[in-house]
Amino acid sequence: MKKKVLTVDDSRTIRNMLLVTLNNAGFETVQAEDGIEGLEILEGCNPDVIVTDINMPRLDGFGFIEGVRRNEKYRAVPILVLTTESDAEKKNRARQAGATGWIVKPFDPAKLIDAIERVTA
Amino acid sequence: MSYTVKTASQGSRELIAFRIGEQEFCVNIMSVREIRGWTAATPLPHAPPYVMGVINLRGAVLPIVDLAARLGMDEAEPNARHVIIVTQVKSRIVGLLVEAVSDILTITDDSVQPVPEVSSDLEKQYARGILAIDKRMICMLDLNALFPDQESEAA
Amino acid sequence: MDMNEIKEIFFQECEEQLAELESGLLKLNDGDRDPETVNAVFRAVHSIKGGAGAFGLDDLVAFAHVFETTLDCVRSNRLEPTQDVLKVMLKSADVLADLTKVARDGGYVDDARSRGLVKELEALANGNVPAAASKAPEPVSVAATAPADDDGFQPIPFSFDAFDDEDDAAKGQTYEISFRPRRELYGKGNEAALLLRDLTRLGEMSIICDTGTLPVLDQMDPEQSYFSWKISLTTEKTQDDIRSVFEFAEWDCDLEVKAAEPASPPEDLPMVPVAFDLSALDDGPFNIEPVQPAVDEAVAADVEATDVATGIANMAAAAARVEKKEAASAAATATVAAQNAAATSTAGQTIRVDLDRVDRLINLVGELVINQAMLSQSVIENDASGTSAVNMGLEELQQLTREIQDSVMAIRAQPVKPVFQRMSRIVREVADMVGKSIRLVTEGENTEVDKTVIDKLAEPLTHMIRNAVDHGIETPEKRLAAGKDPEGTIKLTAKHRSGRILIELVDDGAGINRERVRQKAIDNELIAPDSNLSDEEIDNLIFAPGFSTADKISDISGRGVGMDVVKRSIQALGGRISISSKPGHGSVFTMSLPLTLAVLDGMVVTVAGQTLVVPLTAIVETLQPEAAAIHSFGSNQRLISIRNSFCPLVDVGRILNFRATQANPVEGVALLVESEGGGQRALMVDAIQGQRQVVIKSLEANYTHVPGIAAATILGDGRVALILDVDAVVGASRGQSLKAEMSLAATG
Repeated sequence: MKKKVLTVDDSRTIRNMLLVTLNNAGFETVQAEDGIEGLEILEGCNPDVIVTDINMPRLDGFGFIEGVRRNEKYRAVPILVLTTESDAEKKNRARQAGATGWIVKPFDPAKLIDAIERVTA
Repeated sequence: MSYTVKTASQGSRELIAFRIGEQEFCVNIMSVREIRGWTAATPLPHAPPYVMGVINLRGAVLPIVDLAARLGMDEAEPNARHVIIVTQVKSRIVGLLVEAVSDILTITDDSVQPVPEVSSDLEKQYARGILAIDKRMICMLDLNALFPDQESEAA
Repeated sequence: MDMNEIKEIFFQECEEQLAELESGLLKLNDGDRDPETVNAVFRAVHSIKGGAGAFGLDDLVAFAHVFETTLDCVRSNRLEPTQDVLKVMLKSADVLADLTKVARDGGYVDDARSRGLVKELEALANGNVPAAASKAPEPVSVAATAPADDDGFQPIPFSFDAFDDEDDAAKGQTYEISFRPRRELYGKGNEAALLLRDLTRLGEMSIICDTGTLPVLDQMDPEQSYFSWKISLTTEKTQDDIRSVFEFAEWDCDLEVKAAEPASPPEDLPMVPVAFDLSALDDGPFNIEPVQPAVDEAVAADVEATDVATGIANMAAAAARVEKKEAASAAATATVAAQNAAATSTAGQTIRVDLDRVDRLINLVGELVINQAMLSQSVIENDASGTSAVNMGLEELQQLTREIQDSVMAIRAQPVKPVFQRMSRIVREVADMVGKSIRLVTEGENTEVDKTVIDKLAEPLTHMIRNAVDHGIETPEKRLAAGKDPEGTIKLTAKHRSGRILIELVDDGAGINRERVRQKAIDNELIAPDSNLSDEEIDNLIFAPGFSTADKISDISGRGVGMDVVKRSIQALGGRISISSKPGHGSVFTMSLPLTLAVLDGMVVTVAGQTLVVPLTAIVETLQPEAAAIHSFGSNQRLISIRNSFCPLVDVGRILNFRATQANPVEGVALLVESEGGGQRALMVDAIQGQRQVVIKSLEANYTHVPGIAAATILGDGRVALILDVDAVVGASRGQSLKAEMSLAATG
């Protein structure tokens, strides 16, 4: 069975890159444009792994991760943070919010897939 | 009625010749889009006398010019036998009202004679040359000179 | 979709982000301190940087990075967004836009300018960052490999092809690894089993699981972490490679990695070596059975590096994992629906459509409207009595056609915001060039109008803005001397008014120098030296062909193009432009443009045997004049009394030169209209044929602007009818600007 990845990113460019990369690697991909939509989609989409951006309108990555972790059903889903942030504080916040790991943008398709493979069984 | 444009051989070109009164004129076939029958035009206010008005050409608004009047001759009294030569002048499309299309000519560049000195200013301005064919004299018109492009004038 | 298409999307997105960036900065400039505004500005640059990095657009990434760093200072309240700071940022936004354009279209950017701004941005970031947090901006890496980071949250080399640089690593070095996860590790979605699995990929490994802290089952907290592992790994990799396996987990576990003597099995601890079953990692419900005996029997085993896996490790995370599986089955039935929902919301609220497709649709609908009108007309002509079924069908067809047309037109409606934003950059640049300080204030940027109008508005508007900056606003010295704020203000507003869009450009400059304009007009033989013109008429001379008040053509207002060209562009859009000016206080340019260039609601009337269309929006009411209501006034003026007020009568046929003498008002119909200038006029026409939506066809495309005529249309009989330009007709009736219009027309 295909693994399902939920991606949350406000950039159309990045969403498309994720979609192409993940689809080519044989994942099923579901996409959201910000944290709020991510949480809405999460219900019932039952992803095996989540890839999320940090800087997003409405609800940022931290809030989104916290939201996922608060959800009884999904609190153990691995969450990878897509980040170009160099700010250590931001990264720590992502971790404290419950991020499983991270991928530094600009992401390399191979790295993205490796990271996903890495946190999923 | 429409004509397919044929590729003329090197150094030669095709012209459409038409009649206005007793005189014959011609234009390069490459600038002719189509030839159609006369339909009544909607007059435009404050237009020069040679602009007869506009007609509907498949959704586009096409100005119709009485070529006789434009060339300083008597204004035409159009009837069903008149034809409109739809021409492309730079980016615009203009319909020329003439009495009849008389010929399609294939000529070589060297058969075009210069406009004689005796000509009036008007003729010198619009005539690009003169052709002598079968004892007929045909005046070759410069459409760009007849209808200067206003935008390039303004810029 | 391939990378080129994604790149195209990236550039489209950049345009949106740049617009967002500029409008956000301008909001901040106006004193907006909403954190969301700052966030949006930051996100815009951040997004551009992110995408640019993916495409290796180094220059763009480098500049965006510096810009972003400075914006982050504002975001975290370390840098106050003062006007000076924002000035730098607005210029940076311009450079970012240039860099984006160059990345897309090629060409060159002004290197000196961008380097200068990088310095300014860095100075802002450094100068205002508290000492503790201050650090030089991180060098930007745009290569596929992510930058190494000194503060811990560092990228993981996920690929296993890193062997090449590891030649000097000791062959077969054995490491002792002690790994004790804390419960947080599981809480963040990491799993010890997966970490151990990854570790096996590095070399030969044996694992001993310490279950010493595991309580009896009924005291077990399923979310607590009870196990720890001692691992002996023989690998050609370095210690750092081993640590990198635990990269995501290192905060949430106790980890010790040290090189060990090959033969020193840890035997002194109460350890339980455990057999690992890789199959436990496969999909399928978590099965606790194979795990339990392992705990009870304490089976020691050497394990093959390839089949290390752990059911036991899973146990620690059991609660979460089991719950997840349960959730999976519980949600199973809902999955299909949810997927559909997800797919829908993934597509989002908007779709992007090629403009050509929209235009094709609009043209087709335009033809449909004409055809529908022609059909209606021929039905009426051929069957005057008409069956009610046919009539009803025709009416419904008309209604539907109308709705389709409205819907299609709405697709093209866009806010004027992008054009207005472009203007703010022009103000900045031109003001810099001429050493003036000018603020652009915009209002009503969300006013929507047809995309073509927006596109064609940019050029005349740019020209007018340049003029306003160059000629309208005075130098700071002159302004101070005149007792004005040294900073000039240009205000650009848009609003809808009676079915048109009204755009105003107001400057608080010196206003029109009427004496100079008048003299210039006399010199250029536009007016006679003795002509008696009102202030308004003099002001409007600047629109006369060939008129230019600048004594020498400046680079800025440029290229010898005068306001006559601006006027012509506006007219080509079916619009009008006028100016009013107050010496010492500035000028107001008012442009009125149609909302769409495609359709118009019109009243079809007959004038001197011709069919004309009068835009419905201009008509206040229609009346049948009675002889008693008509009063002569002066030599040839006539007034009509309407409810005790007098309104000038204008014979449309006479104004358009369709007839030589005025028609008898009593035999016609009067259309009471309100013009742009505000005054009312009664337009006399011979008869009203009806009301109809008409498709607007340009006269300018193949001919030229016709005074008094806004555009043309094609009626049901297939003939062209002219659409009246009510304001021009009213203007002509005042004797104003008719001559200028006429001279313009005569060149055509």
